[in-house]
Order: sequence, then C-alpha cells, then structure tokens
Amino acid sequence: MRITGAEAVVQIFQHYGVDLIFGYPGGAILPLYDALRDSTIKHVLVRQEQNAAHAASGYARVTGRTGVCIATSGPGATNLITGIATAYMDSIPMVVITGQVPLSAIGRDFFQEVDIIGATFGLTKHNYWVKKATDIPRILAEAFHIASTGRPGPVLIDLPKDVACETIEYAGLPEVEIKSYQPTYQGHPKQVKRIVQAVKESARPVICAGGGVISSDAAEELRALAERCQIPVATTLMGIGAFPKDHPLSIGMLGFHGTVYSNLAVDNADLIFILGARAGDRAVRQIEEFGRKARVVHIDVDPAEIGKNVNVTVPIVGDLKTVLQDILKNVAPREDTGWLATIAAWKKEKARAYSQDGPLKPQYVLEQLSAVTTPDTIIATDVGQHQMWTGAYYCTKKPRTFLTSGGMGTMGYGLPAAIGAQLGKPETAVVLVTGDGSFQMNMPELATLVQEQLPVKIIVLNNNALGMVRELQMHFHDSRYYQVHMRGNPDFVKLADAYGIPAQRVSEKTAVRKILQTMMGTPGPMLIEFIVDVEENVVPPTRKSLHPFEGEIV
Amino acid sequence: MKYVVSVLVQNQPGVLARIAGLFSRRGFNIESLAVGMTDKSEVSRMTIAVDGDDHIIEQVTKQLNKLVDVIKVNVLTANESVQRELALFKVHVTASTRPEVMQMVDIFRAKIVDVTRNALVVELTGDDNKIKAMEDLLRQFGIKEMVRTGLIAIERGSKIMKSNKEE
Ligand SMILES: Cc1ncc(C[n+]2csc(CCOP(=O)(O)OP(=O)(O)O)c2C)c(N)n1
Repeated sequence: MRITGAEAVVQIFQHYGVDLIFGYPGGAILPLYDALRDSTIKHVLVRQEQNAAHAASGYARVTGRTGVCIATSGPGATNLITGIATAYMDSIPMVVITGQVPLSAIGRDFFQEVDIIGATFGLTKHNYWVKKATDIPRILAEAFHIASTGRPGPVLIDLPKDVACETIEYAGLPEVEIKSYQPTYQGHPKQVKRIVQAVKESARPVICAGGGVISSDAAEELRALAERCQIPVATTLMGIGAFPKDHPLSIGMLGFHGTVYSNLAVDNADLIFILGARAGDRAVRQIEEFGRKARVVHIDVDPAEIGKNVNVTVPIVGDLKTVLQDILKNVAPREDTGWLATIAAWKKEKARAYSQDGPLKPQYVLEQLSAVTTPDTIIATDVGQHQMWTGAYYCTKKPRTFLTSGGMGTMGYGLPAAIGAQLGKPETAVVLVTGDGSFQMNMPELATLVQEQLPVKIIVLNNNALGMVRELQMHFHDSRYYQVHMRGNPDFVKLADAYGIPAQRVSEKTAVRKILQTMMGTPGPMLIEFIVDVEENVVPPTRKSLHPFEGEIV
Repeated sequence: MKYVVSVLVQNQPGVLARIAGLFSRRGFNIESLAVGMTDKSEVSRMTIAVDGDDHIIEQVTKQLNKLVDVIKVNVLTANESVQRELALFKVHVTASTRPEVMQMVDIFRAKIVDVTRNALVVELTGDDNKIKAMEDLLRQFGIKEMVRTGLIAIERGSKIMKSNKEE
C-alpha cells in the first residue's frame, strides 16, 4: 500500500487502538492533520498545547492506556514542554508528536524551528527525530512500546514536514524489537524468598505504596498482602487510590503533608515496604534516617529508583503486580502482635482535625464532597493547599480515580486532566478541585470543556491567594507575605456564565452539602466557587518544627 | 575517585548529546569522553572518565542503562583494564633546544610527527600520569598547543563486553 508518512502515522495509531488525540494545529504538523481528517480517530482541539499533554495524561491515568497528543513546531512544541515534563515525573504513558520544519531547512533557524529533541532529552523516556518516512512505522511502533512498558513515560517524535509528505510502501505494523530496551518484569526468586522471610520475622511492618501500584494495576495484590499479613498501608501522593482510604489498615498519606500517624508508623517500623515509589523528598521526611531501624524492601520496575534516595535491604526489580503475586504465592498469614493496636492509638490521638470557627474551611468542603460522591468518582486536583487537603480529606477508594501532578506540582494541570479523564471515562463523574491561582493558569480550557460537551464538575476553593506559598512564607519567612494575595481575580461565577456553564458561589457552611448534591445531580458541567478561609494552613503554625510528628493536625 | 565507564550504544542520531546531557543534568562530572565506532557498524563505544564516589557511580550506571539506546555499561578498574590516551603537543623549539626535546621524546617512547623550524609536534600514548609527566617536562620549552583524545579503555583477558539486556 502506497501512503504518505503522515498516513502511516495514522495507520499505526489505529493499530494501537488510539481513538482520541489531543492537539493544536499549525503549519509544520498540517500533513498529519490532513491524514487525521480522513480517519475515525477523534481529535480534541485544546486551547493551548500544554493542556493537550495534560489532557492526554488525564486520559491515560483513568484508562490505563497510552495518551496521545500532537502539536506544531516551534511555539507549539515549546508549549508542550511543561505537559511532557509533568507526565515524565509522574510516569504516565504518552506518545507526543511534534511537527518540525522540513529536513532541508533544519539548522538554519527557519521560521518556527526549535530543537525540541534537545530540549526534551531529559524530560522524555525517549525521543526520536524522524529523518526518513520509511522509518515511521518502526519508530511509531517503538514509541508506543517504550511509552507503555517498563516504567511508563512520554516518548516524543519530531516529524519534519517534508518527511510526513513523502510516500512510502506501507507493509503493516512492524514487529518491535529493541535489543537495548528489555525491562525486567519477573522479580528474582531469591529476593522474593528473602521478602517472605522478612515478613515472617517482622513485628512492626508497614507498606508505603506509590504510583507504581496504580500503573501496574497491582491494587488488588497490595490489598491481599496487607490483609493476609496484617500490614498497615500508607500511600504517597501519587499512590492515593492504590489502597482504599477507609480500609482499617489504611494509615493515609506519608510525608511532609501526610498524617502524623503514617510517619510515626514508618519511623517505628522494623520492616518497610516501598512499592513503586521514588521515596522522594516529599514522602520521606529525613532521607538519611529513613529505615535506620528497619529493613527496607524496595520493589520497582525501574532499577535506577532502587537505592537512589534511601538505603535498601532487599531490592527487587520487577513489575509490581508480578512480584506481589509471587510473594503472595509464598507468604504465610501473619498474626499481629500489638503493632496494629499501637497504630490505632496513634490514629486516635493524632487524628486530623481542624477548627470549624470563622470563615468556611476548605477541609469541610472536601469532607462533604466525599459524602456525595461514589467510589468511582474521579477527582482531579490542581496544585497547592487545596491539593493537599483533597489528598487528606477526600476519601479515595479506588485506583485511577485521583489525578494530581505529584512529581512536578504543575499548577494548571487539573482542568485539562479532568477533561482528558472525562473523555476517557464518559460514564463516570469527574470532579476538579482547584484553587483560584491554579485555575487561572489554564482556565481557557473551559472552552474545550464546552466544545466537547463534558459534564465535568468544578470546585474552586477560592481563598484569593496562592495559599500554599503564603503558608510557606508563614513557616519559613516570618509571615512576611509578598506576592501571594491575588488581586484582580475575576468573578468566577460570571466567568463560567460567559462559557454557558452554570455556576454558584457559596460561603456559608450550611449551604455546602446541598450545593454539592445539586452539583453532582446536574447532568452537564457546573462550577461552584467556595469562598474559603485564607488563613487556613495545611501544616499548623503551632508546630514547633515542620517535622510531621510534632504537630497535632495535618 | 576516578572511574572509567565503558558504554556500548546504538549508533543513533543524538546519542552523544543524550548521554552528555544525562551527566550534566544529574550533576555527574565528566573528566573525559571518547567515542568511536566498534567492529559492528551500528554500535559505538564510549569511554567516559568520571569523578565521584560509589553512590554516584552506581547512579551513573543505572541512569545510563535506562537510556533506550544504551546496550551495555561497564565500570572498569585500573587493575583489570588497559587504559590509554593519545596526546599531541606542539612544542616551541630553537636550534639549541631541539636535540633536548628529541631526547625526551625518545625516553618517553613518543614520536615526532611534524617538524618546522621553530616547532615540533609530538605524539604520545599513555595513561594520564605519563601524559602529565611529559607535559611538565615540555613546559620549559614552551607548549604552544596541546590536545588529548580522552581516555579509552578495554578489559584485560578474554572476557568481552556484550549486551545483557538481550537474553
Ligand atoms: C506552574 C507553577 N508555578 C508556581 C508554582 C508554585 N506554587 C505551588 S502552590 C502555589 C499556589 C497555588 O495557589 P492556588 O492554586 O490558589 O491554591 P491554594 O494553595 O491557594 O489552595 C504556587 C504558586 C507551581 N507549583 N506551579
């Protein structure tokens, strides 16, 4: 079959079951748009390229499939960068195609020429510069393979315009064979044995579950292990949803913004499981001390993560689901000898709390949101205090229902991610929880939401501030507030109205539950602006140090 | 401590930039880097000298292994490998200093590869110490210019470097 390079791209998309693409057109990518026009693939036009990547990420997270986004050369490609980096830090499978100026023009600072390959070396799992159209089928197939296997991540393909127009003989999907890329899935049996033994010998085990549990679809195995061996489970921010938060063995989120009792549990444990997590600076309060008194088991598909941040006693490289299944085949039920009672006491004593006095508290809104949603409801957050409160006060029960920018902390992620999620799961309710700062980063995507007629619900927790940064200035700069109070904020209700989205403003506690119920019962989109207390903090000022142990409330 | 890392890579466009970028991004300091083709046209071999401790070298190895184009990474120790570098010195000479320079070249088993009235180009192969020693001695005559290839290294014995990613 004689087809153009661009048509070959579409062919491979179809082979991989791509039904949805997020993008924004421009000169250099036009051959691909022309080929897409004649295909059955749906293209969603966003309002800025960064959001094409975020939307593809939201789609990928809820469906478990590879997200696809495309943009033109130059500014289109550079706009994508933040979205690509966000996906990279959170290990999201994604294929990105950028148009490029014709090969014959490359290197001459042609109009809209930019070295996107060089710019994204460190932000992609891999990237390709296509130099001849006959390479397109192989490169595209490799890209999908690389993006979705091993530790998932974004793969970028830079496609020069003339290459996309070249005609080639297309012989179908090529077989992928990359000698130098062979991820390890099977854990080493000797290490599995050591883990089984360690569980047997442990009196105070604890599990720290990360995003890897979700990306390898291992939540069921995690739960089986925890229940059989009576091990309490903490999650990282990325791991929220890996374990039901209302499960008796759940101890909530770990780390700086986590629960006091999960940090206490880790600090006093004699066996710590790190499952598919980086054990990064946000999750592990003092990296050098972590696990000094404990054996540390680290299971990850990416060997480079193991031992990077913490010392590990039993490293095991492999796919989490596969390794957990191997452990479950061998591990005997374990009886608790008092450890769970200790944790239960901490849980009671160091329970989260907040004062209900004064203006409406954001925490209250999120507790009420938990009460009116179902376990399937998908929550997308932005970045800031509201993100941490959503992590803390919203009760996430299932994997792939909590979408947040964990590694990069990209403000503006929420709305496009919610759009991608809703397109990926049209039947499921999707709720965005955002702040007035984050929302204004990518607010123009409201148009995309309307264009695609998506019933996404939007909660703006408006404190008229960059709350998280204000809080940092309080803790670390003697409350010398600067550039954190927002002036010139729009009337969010009128703004929604301008897009034809019904909206309401609420500042009374008594109205919260009812408006949330109304919102969830509304068939289309809806925006609720909650005017919340600007003085509220995630980490209370009374805490003597920022050590999660010393505060009472997190 | 100085480590020598041998890396087999797929000879793809941009692979050098990718590897150099990885080093700078992760804050690993490259002392020298030499690249060339191997007996297989699709495979290049890089020899990278890095300064760092055990932890850094472990991270270097793991991060390199993560790159899709990297076939194999080996850390070579001085004892178990042959390490060589080539240097070219353009040395200032006069009629009176020329014999002295030539004598030194002899002692070091170096070679004179270009001669003009007031300059000699000296070619020297050796390890870092030998090159530094020669440099020190030639300095008194005036080194106009010098260039080094960066270290290359190969393991002693019959063991060969091949991919462990493919089974
Ligand atoms: C793109 C980007 N710029 C800056 C920051 C730094 N930052 C982190 S949280 C935050 C404030 C977020 O404000 P808002 O969205 O209103 O949420 P709040 O903290 O008030 O809940 C800022 C500026 C960031 N994470 N991302």
